[in-house]
Amino acid sequence: MLSKLLLIVILITIPVLSQEDPKLKVGSKKFTENVILGEIITQLALNDNLNVSYVRDLGGTRILWNALLNKEIDIYPEYTGTIMEEIFADENIERSNLESRLNALNIGITKPLGFNNTYAIGMLRELADSLGIKNISDLRRFPNLKFGFTNEFIDRNDGWPGLKNKYQLPQKDVNGLDHDLAYRGLESGSVDVIDFYSTDAEIEYYNLKVLIDDLKYFTEYKCVIIYRKELETLYPDFITSITRLEGSISESQMVKMNLDVKINGESEERTASKFIESRFSINSNFEDNNFVDRLYYNTKEHLFLVLISLTGAIIISIPLGIIAYKKKKLGKVILGFTGVIQTIPSLAILVFMIPLLGIGSWPAISALFLYSLLPIVRNTFLGLEDIATSIKESAIVLGLSPLAILKKIELPLASRSILAGIKTSAVINVGTATLGALIGAGGYGQPILTGIRLDKVSLILEGAIPAAILALLVQWLFDLSEKLIVPRGLRI
Amino acid sequence: MQMAIQLRNIYKSFNSTVALKDFSYNFKKTKTSVLIGPSGCGKSSLLRLIAGLIQSDSGTLEIDENPLPDINLQSFRKRIRYVIQDGGLFPHLTAKENVSLVADYLGWDNDKVSKRIIELTNLTKFPTDGLNRYPAELSGGQKQRVSLMRALMLNAEFLLLDEPLGALDPLIRYELQIDLKNIFGELKKTVVMVTHDLNEAVFFADEIILMKEGSIIQTGTIDDFIKFPADPFVTRFVNAQLGQIKNIGKE
Repeated sequence: MLSKLLLIVILITIPVLSQEDPKLKVGSKKFTENVILGEIITQLALNDNLNVSYVRDLGGTRILWNALLNKEIDIYPEYTGTIMEEIFADENIERSNLESRLNALNIGITKPLGFNNTYAIGMLRELADSLGIKNISDLRRFPNLKFGFTNEFIDRNDGWPGLKNKYQLPQKDVNGLDHDLAYRGLESGSVDVIDFYSTDAEIEYYNLKVLIDDLKYFTEYKCVIIYRKELETLYPDFITSITRLEGSISESQMVKMNLDVKINGESEERTASKFIESRFSINSNFEDNNFVDRLYYNTKEHLFLVLISLTGAIIISIPLGIIAYKKKKLGKVILGFTGVIQTIPSLAILVFMIPLLGIGSWPAISALFLYSLLPIVRNTFLGLEDIATSIKESAIVLGLSPLAILKKIELPLASRSILAGIKTSAVINVGTATLGALIGAGGYGQPILTGIRLDKVSLILEGAIPAAILALLVQWLFDLSEKLIVPRGLRI
Repeated sequence: MQMAIQLRNIYKSFNSTVALKDFSYNFKKTKTSVLIGPSGCGKSSLLRLIAGLIQSDSGTLEIDENPLPDINLQSFRKRIRYVIQDGGLFPHLTAKENVSLVADYLGWDNDKVSKRIIELTNLTKFPTDGLNRYPAELSGGQKQRVSLMRALMLNAEFLLLDEPLGALDPLIRYELQIDLKNIFGELKKTVVMVTHDLNEAVFFADEIILMKEGSIIQTGTIDDFIKFPADPFVTRFVNAQLGQIKNIGKE
């Protein structure tokens, strides 16, 4: 009965499982600029005929850095300031020692690509020009200018307090504002000077003038590419290609690329491809993935996560439910344990998996597996427990062995309840799997994540709608399989 | 007279409720013994104890003069069948599958199983076209006939019946009573039956065992109960139930 179900699941899983293992793995952080740069690296690798996979939107610095150390990714774009202030925060490293420090960890680093993505101060170009303001120190002459800074900038030591000190700025009218509100404030004239990052797309969109940090107050966040040293011997040509990026992207070029993606709605792939073509005359033969291709790819990844984790959960949970039913004391422990897992927020389970299993599909599958246990264990237990005493006793008195009773009487009678548990798990699993994209597992979560980053509803829907449809489909499939699995005598 | 099931000084309580108190009795081979008494008198517990579903707190239970803990419970179970009020049929199996379950489990070949089932349908007057129906598709009387076939399938010597006809409406009950009695006599089974209905007890019993609060009050035939009541309770119990019949007869 249940083995039929298992067979179906396994048959669907095999083709999904047999994916080729890519050789070079590129990663990127969860913001547009980094995603574009990762795409540029990926396309250069493709141009060198490497078998490459690109895990985008992976998360923050720690996740990327640990993934690089654990060989889960081979290469990703990073910033000098981040390496010194965040990765080696406790070590007080000099800029000149950075390369040797990384080399000691078998990590290679390129020279800066050109642009510096740091905190910057700016104002509308018109206003700045009319007042003759070029440098931050020029602000000293205009004590009546209204400053609107993000709360983070106002609070950070390397933000407003330090800036005020260093430049001896006299302005008193300083307001904490949300980033988006700050831009609108600039347009309406309620704010004159704001903070942002020096490569934000909005710089070009709002025609802002970035004031020169003439006293060199802000830490440099020069973009570099870091990679596993092994690549130098494995793919020397590719490393040569990468080094061609050194000094090749100016701030205004990066702003333009960010603008193309964030504001003009171009895909990162297209933007990266245009850059490579104009810069190196490499025709990357890039074609925008059409919707159907993307849907196919996301569906494949999503099914991979769901089917493996669910199959594992079914194989483990049904025996656990049986044990819980047979041994009441142990059962309390089992039900308690799986219950506790269920109370941990799914996002937290995913993040817990990173130190254990790194990034990618497997930690996501493990988290989904843990999450799928309780409904199946509990329904197996309850399904067996709810069988009428008279039926259980009839089976005992007939002289059947406990195993035969389980196989021929108890499990078939509990099958409807067990199936309902599996259905609950499957539907939860399909929804929760969308979070897998946060740790690089792909699936329907990927377009949702990108859609949130770019504030693009169409992309969010591209993930959300198929996920909802898949959940309904799963439910329908289980309703259908009930006819196959639940004995006919129980359906009368 | 050969003793089939011998019980000596059996005590059994559930938490603080006493179910059986110093119960001793010898159930005789090929005879039908009927346990009767008010609800909670311990008659069902006694049956469940003989079936091995519960263990006594103290006292001995012997089968054919072998103490039960010494003889293998599993092998004893092959010789004993227990039928309960609603039949205890497995709802996911057809009538035929319910009957043949144990034989299939023991590896009987299909011909032998089919032959035996035909014999049993004749014996129990169960319609053969009902064999492929599920319990939910059978009437109450048919369910009990299937349950009886299941009990007789392996030709068990002992039949323990707990209110086997309790859930049936009167007419069907009457037909089944007659059929059952014929089968018991024909097959020479050792039967222990529990009922709360004195008329049914009188109809079936070679010997009636009247119980109250976990102990035997009197054993014998209905004539013994009427002529030589061991206790005023016996007379009250007999009058209450036989009186009903008289009243119904007057209407």
